[in-house]
Amino acid sequence: MNFSLARTTLIGEADMIGIAGERAVCDPRGVLYFPELRLLAVSDLHLEKGSSLARRGTLIPPYDTGATLLRLQAVISDYQPSIVISLGDSFHDGGGAERLHASFRERLEALMAGRDWFWVAGNHDPEAPADLPGETVRELAIGSLLFRHEPSKVRVEGEIAGHLHPCARIVQRGRSVRRRCFAGDGGRMIMPAFGAYTGSLNVLDRAYAGLFRLESLMAYMLGSDRIFAISRSMLRPG
Amino acid sequence: MTVEPRLAEQNAAIALPEPFLRWFGEKGWSPRAHQIELLAKAQSGQSVLLIAPTGAGKTLAGFLPSLTELAVRPRRKPGQAHRGIHTLYISPLKALAVDIERNLGKPVEEIGLPISIETRTGDTPSHKRQRQKLAPPDILLTTPEQLALLIAAGDAKRFFADLRYVVLDELHSLVTSKRGHLLALGLARLRSFVPGLQTIGLSATVAEPDELRRWLVSQNPPGDMAELIVVTGGAKPEISILDSEAHVPWAGHSARYATPEIYREIKRHKTTLLFVNTRSQAELLFQELWRVNEDTLPIALHHGSLDVGQRRRVEKAMGDNALRAIVATSTLDLGIDWGDVDLVVHVGAPKGASRLAQRIGRANHRMDEPSKAILIPANRFEVLECRAALDANYLGAQDTPPLVDGGLDVLAQHVLGCACGAPFRADDLHEEVRTAAPYTSLDRITFDRVIDFVATGGYALKNYERYARIRLNKDGLWRVSNPRVAQQYRLNVGTIIEVPALNVRYVKAGSKGSATRGGAVLGKIEEAFLETLTHGDTFMFAGKVLRFEGIRENECFVSNAPGSDAKVPYYGGGKFPLSTYLAEQVRIMLDDPQRWKKLPEQVADWLRFQADKSVLPKRDDLLIETFPRGNRYYLVAYPFEGRLAHQTLGMLLTRRLDRVGARPLGFVATDYALAIWSLGDMGAMFKARKPSLGALFDQDMLGDDLEAWLADSWLLKRTFRNCALISGLIEKRHPGQEKSGRQVTVSTDLIYDVLRSHEPDHILLQATRADAAAGLLDVSRLADMLSRVQGRIMHKNLEQISPLAVPIMLEIGKMPVNGEADETLLMDAATLVEEAMGPGMSEA
Repeated sequence: MNFSLARTTLIGEADMIGIAGERAVCDPRGVLYFPELRLLAVSDLHLEKGSSLARRGTLIPPYDTGATLLRLQAVISDYQPSIVISLGDSFHDGGGAERLHASFRERLEALMAGRDWFWVAGNHDPEAPADLPGETVRELAIGSLLFRHEPSKVRVEGEIAGHLHPCARIVQRGRSVRRRCFAGDGGRMIMPAFGAYTGSLNVLDRAYAGLFRLESLMAYMLGSDRIFAISRSMLRPG
Repeated sequence: MTVEPRLAEQNAAIALPEPFLRWFGEKGWSPRAHQIELLAKAQSGQSVLLIAPTGAGKTLAGFLPSLTELAVRPRRKPGQAHRGIHTLYISPLKALAVDIERNLGKPVEEIGLPISIETRTGDTPSHKRQRQKLAPPDILLTTPEQLALLIAAGDAKRFFADLRYVVLDELHSLVTSKRGHLLALGLARLRSFVPGLQTIGLSATVAEPDELRRWLVSQNPPGDMAELIVVTGGAKPEISILDSEAHVPWAGHSARYATPEIYREIKRHKTTLLFVNTRSQAELLFQELWRVNEDTLPIALHHGSLDVGQRRRVEKAMGDNALRAIVATSTLDLGIDWGDVDLVVHVGAPKGASRLAQRIGRANHRMDEPSKAILIPANRFEVLECRAALDANYLGAQDTPPLVDGGLDVLAQHVLGCACGAPFRADDLHEEVRTAAPYTSLDRITFDRVIDFVATGGYALKNYERYARIRLNKDGLWRVSNPRVAQQYRLNVGTIIEVPALNVRYVKAGSKGSATRGGAVLGKIEEAFLETLTHGDTFMFAGKVLRFEGIRENECFVSNAPGSDAKVPYYGGGKFPLSTYLAEQVRIMLDDPQRWKKLPEQVADWLRFQADKSVLPKRDDLLIETFPRGNRYYLVAYPFEGRLAHQTLGMLLTRRLDRVGARPLGFVATDYALAIWSLGDMGAMFKARKPSLGALFDQDMLGDDLEAWLADSWLLKRTFRNCALISGLIEKRHPGQEKSGRQVTVSTDLIYDVLRSHEPDHILLQATRADAAAGLLDVSRLADMLSRVQGRIMHKNLEQISPLAVPIMLEIGKMPVNGEADETLLMDAATLVEEAMGPGMSEA
């Protein structure tokens, strides 16, 4: 049975974390919100992944873009940010924006209206999305924060990145639970992938080697109504 | 084989060509009545179902029509075109095909017949397959998957043009699964290639032979049946239940208590086959036997997860009679002919009377001598079950899982396969498919939706027209849109979905496998189990105690941990649910104290205590006990309907109890009973009829409650994954790269979530629900039970736990309900962190 905890307030103190001195809400839906900056960050939307795979013969349901936009709509309507940063791989491939169904394009444009919207270039979508407003950037510095798609190899305090689709796994009472997560050490943060069809990679995988100060690495695992902060000693590979 | 002279004189001369008679004569044998009868029916153009016990010469009977026909066929002249396959033999096991090649090759050689016999399985090298296409053998021995592949080839029609017979071995085990659905569709296709095609089904005894008879022939006209030949008799097996001197445990599945007694029996016999129900039981029993194996008798282990090479070595040693005992799971179940087995030991309850008969058939593979078998119940309920199984076997009772309607996911795979072979007209294919027994009731609308699914995914949002896999051309024919589709299809054919599993490889202790790569592979083990291990944990596998060193890509690294106590692989029990028939036998026995006399004294005592402290259920009643224990209240129900049905019942009852304020905390289900625990006093609530038990167990729980629960259940996700793979929505393999189980698992869960919220009526979700209801949930059985017990629920509100409740109470905590309480576990982990580190840690 599922004993869910009621989410009493939208922004609980428990969900607040610090990154290089800035305070952010670590939302269990997989987005970061900086109240002082009225800034919302979301990563790896991978819009049109379904149609991208369909082109190669795997006809998975064409509803991923709709599903992702619906969830994005919900967080935007909750926080009403003035700045939105999509941290790269917003589209699954370079032709993704062109393939957007007209109804989805309209919904996306409605979300963007009246906000500063930044498309950070990702490895899947290095170019600006076709026929969409918003500004496409390689990276973006705001206050003490630096937003970019791929985490830098050298440590950059305040860097917020995506790309790796972190997840974490714990084992309790002989059972294993794996969830998407935010991964952070207080200095930098890697965001979970937001897209409906995005897979994930364990934070203990070697792809993360050297990115974090291991002694202070935390995985903020996404629960259905809250974030679970798990320290590195509890995490399992795989 | 034995001599039956009368028959030889009467019939054999009529039907058997001279060389066959001479061969029988040289051997001092003569053909059996059913062999001749089958030959006569086949020669008159009919399809036949032969039901016979093991050792009745079934295989030879099945091939006689082909052999006699081929014997008199004129030889191919040099320069003449190669002839196609004459006879196709299909068996559920690769090993069986290989075994038959050997067994059939011998008489063919001795009679001096100019017949070529070859196997074609997944292990057949590609050059040999190529050659088989160019110069087909007369008799091809293969599996259902290979047939599907042959049908999907462009030259299928030509390849099968000369086909006369299809021999289907172990038919009873083939027809009940999705493989059976795929095979039935394949047969329908073959019949459309060769309208006069005859089938010969070979089967062990089944409860409903007519279902198999229909399955064998075209259902146009509907209800048509193959001819039936039943061979009765065979010596009755001598079966006994171990009456142990040791204490029979209340719960558990290891039967460890009986190890010394089992070992004694092994010493007393030439070769003993020991059957268990799960791989982990096999590992455990093997370890236990070696612990007491003072004489170092050659005792081997055989189960499906072991490395193929090791399995083959064991099989060979078995054939050479070099082993004294072999511990095996269902991989050895089917009709493979082994050396001189003179004892079968069945550890754990057999779960079904037919399965027991099949396994006992392994001993003494001759029909006229009695087989000898000993049943070893692992706990007290299993004593009851074994007793019931034993009585059932003596009564000749049989059970076969009921045949279900053909899966739509399988149909989707077949439709694509047909298109890969040749363009098709939807009208024609629909007609053809309906001639296959599992698909007779398939309506045109559903069929068209399946075609739509194969073409573009069948989504309401028509987004993928330009990516269609098959297209309807102007001439009214559906064609594959490009050759890559056919190529991908061939890599993904089949309905056997492997549980994601990793190779288990030896490394040196302490190394994480980064440097050393050279160790031997011991076999494969399920990912789900490995996920619960931490570095340093020990477990049993391949008959060894191993230490878990780590996972790298698709390999699990282990080192030897001799002398350690192993953390045994989790209990995977109830792989086969208790059969309906056997469940009823158990209830009848409980209701009849006269029959307890046949039970071991300690078990009979247990039942007498139960009668004294509580009550025993009448044969058609449902007993519900409630009692407090610790600071909780317990409800124990005894439906005896098998673990799957109980698990479903448990999920639904806890939802209802939650709604009426009983505050249920969890439940556990076994094959026999179901226990629910709560904070509220359920006994008091039922007495006050708030709610009444009648209302709580009302059949309407199978409506909305079931729907609501199913929607979120992990069970459905698992079923969806299978349907997605079988239907070809996602691929098992891409050319040149194999997807790991994990990648597939992750993506199908996500796909499921998206599809369910956006198009809940999609055909694949429809197929998934039908599948889950029939399989994992056992809904039909639960429905039958709920309707049976209406007005017959007996409530006992007790002060304390009853004797009958002890076994299931011991299971509490041992068997977690999968996937339903993840958040609670996360909560625990997060709390531990907070406790250890103090608050504010999340401010990192």
